[in-house]
Amino acid sequence: MRCVRCRARPEVYLRAHNAAFCRACYIPWFQRQVERTLTSGRMCTRDDQVLVAVSGGKDSLALWDALVTLGYRTSGLHVAQGIGGYSATSREKVERFARDRGLPLLVHDLADEGLAIPEVASTTRRAPCSACGTLKRYAFDRVAHVHGFAILATGHNLDDEAARLLGNLLRWQTTHLARQRPVLDPRHPTQVRKIRPLVLVSEYETAAYAFLRGIDYVVEECPYAEGATQLLYKEALDRIEAGSPGTKLAFVREFFRSAQPLFAASEPADGAPPRSCTRCGMPAFDELCAHCRLLRVLAPAGGPSAA
Amino acid sequence: MRVHLHPPHRTVELSGRRTVAALLRELGVLPGTAMVIRRDVLLLEGDTVEDDDEIEVRRVISGGNA
Repeated sequence: MRCVRCRARPEVYLRAHNAAFCRACYIPWFQRQVERTLTSGRMCTRDDQVLVAVSGGKDSLALWDALVTLGYRTSGLHVAQGIGGYSATSREKVERFARDRGLPLLVHDLADEGLAIPEVASTTRRAPCSACGTLKRYAFDRVAHVHGFAILATGHNLDDEAARLLGNLLRWQTTHLARQRPVLDPRHPTQVRKIRPLVLVSEYETAAYAFLRGIDYVVEECPYAEGATQLLYKEALDRIEAGSPGTKLAFVREFFRSAQPLFAASEPADGAPPRSCTRCGMPAFDELCAHCRLLRVLAPAGGPSAA
Repeated sequence: MRVHLHPPHRTVELSGRRTVAALLRELGVLPGTAMVIRRDVLLLEGDTVEDDDEIEVRRVISGGNA
């Protein structure tokens, strides 16, 4: 097998594309995939200031690296989750990545607000991933809004999107299917545009890019991820992909192209903008936003009060 | 050969020449879900690994709250 571009010895073979690449040819190929998703989805331009959510994992650091290399103006945002050594290592990797490249980085530490994930999950009896998702999404919106960013980029990849799509379909979550797209425009004055430029590249492709670019990322899995439903869906999809390469890409790409617009058109809730949370002013579909509802559960236990 | 799998961290000793595809099958790792690394180089499924190799099998699947 030879590199499809230069015939050199390949290091990456992509079954879904039936193509092999050497190190020198793979890196620009990956960056072109990201650029194509950015431009075809009209996600952002090189004049925009993009806030990139960086966890310290391969996807978000690969995304930040690719955006910077492609000439986009970026700042990083790391939300530290307060999960012991795992969070400490994650933060260290992100800070080193930013420092080595001279990139601006904002760090928002949930523990500073008394909202470290282990304590929140234990007090509220919510699954850690659920509490973490609520707190991280709120922090992304809040920090982006406060610092005047119009665009937030996250490192969700093809496998994340395929697992989410499978989960939404298995339970016919039509409201979620109507909102599952790689670009979400703001529907509230405090919201920013959210983009997912890695949505058509697989975890393997992202990991290979991070490795070949020499990016030092957190290889360890979050200690709370074990048993997460998303991993079950990913495993099922990986088995299908092994027998039928390209299925994941077709599943997600054709959903965006053909099915998602139908769900969006038939879902009236998609058109109803959120109102303002009565406690913090951020977007809410009820009197309180999901974040303030979580704080309300924490408050009687002596936890943090609303912002 | 010594094979380091992670995550989670686990090291296994294997003997005998085999392809990367055979190695992954033996370890129960699906194609496309891990990178196979030897001396800072990514290996393909058709590449061969030998007794004196030090191999890293680094899983690429992550998940939780995405």
